[in-house]
Amino acid sequence: MTSTRSTEISLRVNGETHSLTVDNRTTLLDALRERLDLTGTKKGCDQGQCGACTVLLDRQRVNSCLQLAVAAEGRDVTTIEGLADGEELHPVQQAFVDLDGYQCGYCTPGQICSAVAVIEELAREWPSAATDDVRRPPAVSEEEIRERMSGNLCRCGAYVNIVRAVTQAAKNEQVNA
Amino acid sequence: MREFDYRRAADAHEAVALLSGEPEARFLGGGTNLVDLMKTGVENPALLVDVRGLPLDRIEVAGDGALTIGATMTNSDLAAHPEVRHRYPALAEAVLAGASGQLRNMATVGGNLLQRTRCGYFTDLSRPCNKREPGSGCSALNGEHHNHAILGWSEHCVATNPSDMAVALAAFDAVVRVLTPEGSAEIPLADFYLPVGDTPHRETALPDGALITGVTLPAAPVAARSRYRKVRERASYAFANGSIAAALHVEDGTVRDVRIAFGAVASRPWRAREAERALIGGPATPEAFAAAADAELAAARPLAHNGYKVPLIRNLVVSTLTELQEAAR
Ligand SMILES: Cc1cc2nc3c(=O)[nH]c(=O)nc-3n(C[C@H](O)[C@H](O)[C@H](O)COP(=O)(O)OP(=O)(O)OC[C@H]3O[C@@H](n4cnc5c(N)ncnc54)[C@H](O)[C@@H]3O)c2cc1C
Ligand code: SF4
Ligand code: FES
Ligand code: FES
Repeated sequence: MTSTRSTEISLRVNGETHSLTVDNRTTLLDALRERLDLTGTKKGCDQGQCGACTVLLDRQRVNSCLQLAVAAEGRDVTTIEGLADGEELHPVQQAFVDLDGYQCGYCTPGQICSAVAVIEELAREWPSAATDDVRRPPAVSEEEIRERMSGNLCRCGAYVNIVRAVTQAAKNEQVNA
Repeated sequence: MREFDYRRAADAHEAVALLSGEPEARFLGGGTNLVDLMKTGVENPALLVDVRGLPLDRIEVAGDGALTIGATMTNSDLAAHPEVRHRYPALAEAVLAGASGQLRNMATVGGNLLQRTRCGYFTDLSRPCNKREPGSGCSALNGEHHNHAILGWSEHCVATNPSDMAVALAAFDAVVRVLTPEGSAEIPLADFYLPVGDTPHRETALPDGALITGVTLPAAPVAARSRYRKVRERASYAFANGSIAAALHVEDGTVRDVRIAFGAVASRPWRAREAERALIGGPATPEAFAAAADAELAAARPLAHNGYKVPLIRNLVVSTLTELQEAAR
């Protein structure tokens, strides 16, 4: 077998296709930050424990620090840089601004990407550990949001306003749906 | 991290062929455990065969009601599936009790079954660990072991299996389906995780190079009334200190069918057969539930710092069965 320690891949990030050759060891997080200069996605623990690196892969949230870039070939990546529509913030970004959902801001890109996916998961009626009866559709409540956002840690402890911002964005989405 | 080759397999047979004869190769599922262990240097594969794209990402329902869950289905899709939510709610709850939304979107059923222990010494290359380096010793036996095993351990290793999902699968008599170069085979979950003995590095009965293709859950009407309960050190996003998957069917106050499995107490999900035997045909009362828990836990051998797990599990048995019984009224 020929040895291929690196691979030529194409990554679709925020709608734009990039061709690059990556060492197979490269995580999606490092490819985004070091190769594509998309530094909005943050590295916290690099072990799947903090959520700072959360991006959307085919519209589902993942920890980009445990996702090999080579294994993301051919899939659609959305980062915090790809959420706004020109000058107009994504509704979840706007909710974080309006309700003060951050302090230092380091965890915020991951929080927002995660929240965008949470709102979609609720719309698809996915249950969570906070759902009393998994046979029924979940409620859009602070308790549900808190549980669903538990993969995103905030060292500043801005949780109270993060939960408010995500709940408000989720309820608006429900009204508009 | 060591350099490695990367291949994608188009189907299960190709995946097995790519791996065969390559002792240093590993399948890559979601990578949430393997990539982490490669970063810390516990795993050093020379080749990764990516199985995420295999067409094993769905649930099939057989004529008799059995479910076969594809090995590359994500943990999220498993927990959201209507058949699982309605017919095996404890399985959906167990999966949802594990990791985070992000990780469950990545993690696969096959990878979840094969995730490694969270014993801190296992990932600390500077410390002896029989599981990582056979014969080097067990640092946890007389070290930090407050979340280690109380059942089935040996002096060679006292680690626990960390999977929540596997606890529910154990309660419902799941069967693991595998593919090897010789053909396909089935391994009951009860035989899938090997006893620790003096070979803690050999964790499963999976033949070398075998691909997990799926998990079959036999039809089990009792499972429709089931729960998973997990106790941990924070409200969410933490491994269990103790957990239970239980199902209960009571008629006229008499236990007709019951399933109980414990998590975070042994090197494998612990099916509580003694407790089940004690309950079948007897009264469904809190006293009977407690006596059944005691029957199972008579075999417990807590370590110096994890004695709390014995009453924790006992209380989980009583409260979960009581709750199931009250919900049925
Ligand atoms: C921060 C954090 C918190 C977590 N918390 C929990 C928790 O609370 N509860 C819990 O249960 N789990 C928890 N997990 C673990 C998580 O559930 C596992 O990492 C995940 O299920 C593994 O699945 P994967 O597809 O990513 O496996 P991978 O990492 O891809 O693979 C794991 C192993 O399985 C092998 N493998 C994968 N697929 C197959 C297949 N089809 N056939 C044969 N071999 C295969 C791989 O070669 C590897 O050896 C946590 C993980 C992290 C990082
Ligand atoms: S308990 Fe097992 S995994 Fe932990 S140090 Fe001992 S041998 Fe290693
Ligand atoms: S950097 Fe990925 S989870 Fe912390
Ligand atoms: S705002 Fe500082 S880490 Fe969350």
